[in-house]
Amino acid sequence: MPKDSGIGASPKRREDLRFLTGTGNYTDDINLSGQAYVHFLRSDVAHGKINGIDTTAAAAMPGVVRIFTGADFEGVGSIPCGWQVTDRHGQPMQEPAHPVLAQGKVRYVGDAIAAVVADTAEQARDAAEAIELDIEELPAVIDMKEAVKDGAPKVHDDLTSNLCYDWGFVEENKPAVEEAFAKAAHVTTLELVNNRLVANPMEPRVAVGDFNRATGESTLYSTSQNPHVIRLLMGAFVLGIPEHKLRVIAPDVGGGFGTKIFHYAEEAFCTFAAKALNRAVKWTSTRSEAFMTDAHGRDHVTKIELALDADNNFTALRTDTYANMGAYLSTFAPSVPTWLHGTLMAGNYKTPLIYVNVKAVFTNTVPVDAYRGAGRPEATFQLERVIDKAARELGVDPIALRRQNFITEFPYATPVAVEYDTGDYNATMDKLIEVADFAGFEARRAESQQNGKLRGLGVNCYIEACGIAPSNLVGQLGARAGLYESATVRVNATGGLVVMTGSHSHGQGHETSFPQVIADMIGIDESMVEIVHGDTANTPMGMGTYGSRSLAVGGSAMVRATEKIIAKAKKIAAHILEASDADIELKDGQFSVAGTDKSLAWGDVTLAAYVPHNYPLEDIEPGLEETAFYDPANFTYPSGAYACEVEVDPETGKVTIERFAAADDFGNIVNPMIVDGQVHGGIGQGIGQALLEGCVYDENGQLLSASYMDYAMPRADDVPFYQVDHSCQTPCTHNPLGVKGCGEAGAIGSPPAVVNAVVDALQSAGKDVTHIDMPLTPNRVWSALNS
Amino acid sequence: MAKVSMTVNGKPASGEVEGRTLLSSFLREDLGLTGTHVGCDTSQCGACVVHVNGKAVKSCTMLAAEADGAEVSTIEGQAAPDGTLNAIQQAFQDHHGLQCGFCTPGMVMSAAALLKDNPKPTEGEVRAYLEGNICRCTGYHNIVKAIMAASGQDVSAIAAE
Repeated sequence: MPKDSGIGASPKRREDLRFLTGTGNYTDDINLSGQAYVHFLRSDVAHGKINGIDTTAAAAMPGVVRIFTGADFEGVGSIPCGWQVTDRHGQPMQEPAHPVLAQGKVRYVGDAIAAVVADTAEQARDAAEAIELDIEELPAVIDMKEAVKDGAPKVHDDLTSNLCYDWGFVEENKPAVEEAFAKAAHVTTLELVNNRLVANPMEPRVAVGDFNRATGESTLYSTSQNPHVIRLLMGAFVLGIPEHKLRVIAPDVGGGFGTKIFHYAEEAFCTFAAKALNRAVKWTSTRSEAFMTDAHGRDHVTKIELALDADNNFTALRTDTYANMGAYLSTFAPSVPTWLHGTLMAGNYKTPLIYVNVKAVFTNTVPVDAYRGAGRPEATFQLERVIDKAARELGVDPIALRRQNFITEFPYATPVAVEYDTGDYNATMDKLIEVADFAGFEARRAESQQNGKLRGLGVNCYIEACGIAPSNLVGQLGARAGLYESATVRVNATGGLVVMTGSHSHGQGHETSFPQVIADMIGIDESMVEIVHGDTANTPMGMGTYGSRSLAVGGSAMVRATEKIIAKAKKIAAHILEASDADIELKDGQFSVAGTDKSLAWGDVTLAAYVPHNYPLEDIEPGLEETAFYDPANFTYPSGAYACEVEVDPETGKVTIERFAAADDFGNIVNPMIVDGQVHGGIGQGIGQALLEGCVYDENGQLLSASYMDYAMPRADDVPFYQVDHSCQTPCTHNPLGVKGCGEAGAIGSPPAVVNAVVDALQSAGKDVTHIDMPLTPNRVWSALNS
Repeated sequence: MAKVSMTVNGKPASGEVEGRTLLSSFLREDLGLTGTHVGCDTSQCGACVVHVNGKAVKSCTMLAAEADGAEVSTIEGQAAPDGTLNAIQQAFQDHHGLQCGFCTPGMVMSAAALLKDNPKPTEGEVRAYLEGNICRCTGYHNIVKAIMAASGQDVSAIAAE
């Protein structure tokens, strides 16, 4: 029987009631008394020298409060980058300044040149059109390989080139890798593109800045996945506001997928302008603006080579990747193609020697940073594609080739610096074969053939590193932040609890799942637990939600704080029950003395903590409130096996996803319903990347895919029902809940399955097609079929 | 500025609007009905779907002035006065048909329009009808399932939510 409460149950989500009745509180729903509105005048050229900005006519337009340009921000800090990568030669990456408003040059279409603040949004927009710009267009660099050639136009004149860094990992492995390739019985090579994507949470970004003249406190309401991170970056590095005078609130947030991690110039502008004008200032992004200002994702160009011995054992892996940084370094951009990508290149396999080279390149495009999976989808895609290609070249079953090379003993130290604690890759593959009904595939293929269609089956595995991350480790790797999480558990006198967490929920359902954990620990009803998040004024310093870390890191902090609560409550109970602390047991919300019938209810103890009449005041303080900061000992390593079945129409090249199955190992599961939903969403995005989505710039840097008319988002009729299973569970060994994280798996595991399936379909028709770059549009598939 | 008057969720509502004011702006900013969301500027995402005289309309694509005299229904008017969710809202909660909630008002309003015209839609009909509603969180699995469940169909054979 499924449980109906606590860990392992799937209670209905409590946050749904407000979202289903239109009473959610998203940032754009917030309107402050007397607020003004800002409209940003953005560059329509990819690269240009600003010779002049004439705001005279615009400033005289109705309702205009003030027009700001880069000159107003000369004394203000640069938007900081949160990660410094060291290159192959031990040198730090090139790190350009990133002004709030463009200074001297514009570097991508969408770069903000001026900001018009007016009484209404329409007035601000109208006035922006009256600003006269004198911009001398310069040659733009868009293609990464062109950008690093000698003599290429430079995105940043003060840097030596457009190369941000040339990273080698593990550099010392390189000679041994070369030697292994020289000795290989077979080498499979694949060149591929991991297509540039736009995250597209359905809620566009919004920022509302406010300033309280009486207290000198600034407040920013923002669509952020991590309000404390924004407070730190914006306060300390950009605006020079101490954290005790700056409050950042991220209320209901309509999806993030990574792109709402980062500190954006618009947030700093609204906070700055509110103080300068002594008036709240609001910015609401349009979708078109989102396409040209939200950090994009992926955009790697890779050559991968896999060496095998005569028995088909993987002996070495070598990759060469160009990673687009865009025009400026977004908050965590340098870490994505390096530490979040190179460390995953072992995948599920015991390849003994690996060398990863990544060249990060500045171009005249929107900054690129983490998008759901962040580095791990790029690693998984290339690895699982090259393995599939190798199997076809060798004439062996792709599943058997994988199984032969699976890591089977844990813990396992990979040659790329991480140690997997647990996993069972054969178990997830076995489960996949069952849930995807491989046995029925040939019959389905025959049926497709009768209908004139080509059917293909694609399989792949994945592993990811989640629960980001051990602070001392990431500090060594260049992170300029700690990556712990925090929780304060406040127990009220009448027994209810408020958990103030540094994690942020923007669709993940923390308000429902976190109380399940506490309710189990204490033995009380989930309704007695309230989750508070998203406001730096009433939550402890936290690092927020990304990298599938909320439960593994934030949940662990909550468990640790609750353990402190329980320990103290037991002392209080022991005093009242006149027993020893060690003899007190807590079960089903009752404290009892072991071996006796003496007991006390949870609420009696919590009341005693706040009405300490019969209380051990000489030993412990009144009150029942505890805080814990949890810093993980290691990453967590969710893994799984995915299968996709496609039908290809050879007349048109259109690909239809007929079946999709996922067998994941997330360790222990707190709320299976929410886990299923996370996997569904990830698969939807992965199918989007594989078949539909692609951000396109022309050679001049014009963004051609800047609306939903041009950028193909997956819609309901592009995807099937998914078969998802997470019954294979090897719990994480180093966090108290044994959980691994499930937020990104779907997006990591699904693109290679789709492409492997399409290649299989085409090969079933006798076509020697070994790869098609994503998105697999009808045009590309038809061309491959007819080449 | 022009005066517009309409009935919104059964109650009279009026205001002064510019000719260019969109119905979505009037609902959100003048009436404070912020349940209707704006997720794009090209009539694609459907987060802003409301009913105007019984028909599903993208309120970002209709001028407030065009709705003068109309009966408008929004997400705020879907639950019973005592807060009881309607069948579609309840099915979305029961089947985890929403995550971040931003597209949800439009999904619920579109689903209502679908079920009015087609009380027992097939999976394919639901998916085709939702062509104008984009969700980034759910992969649509549980949205389709919830709408089929709201129509009274047995969805137990569909993979678990």
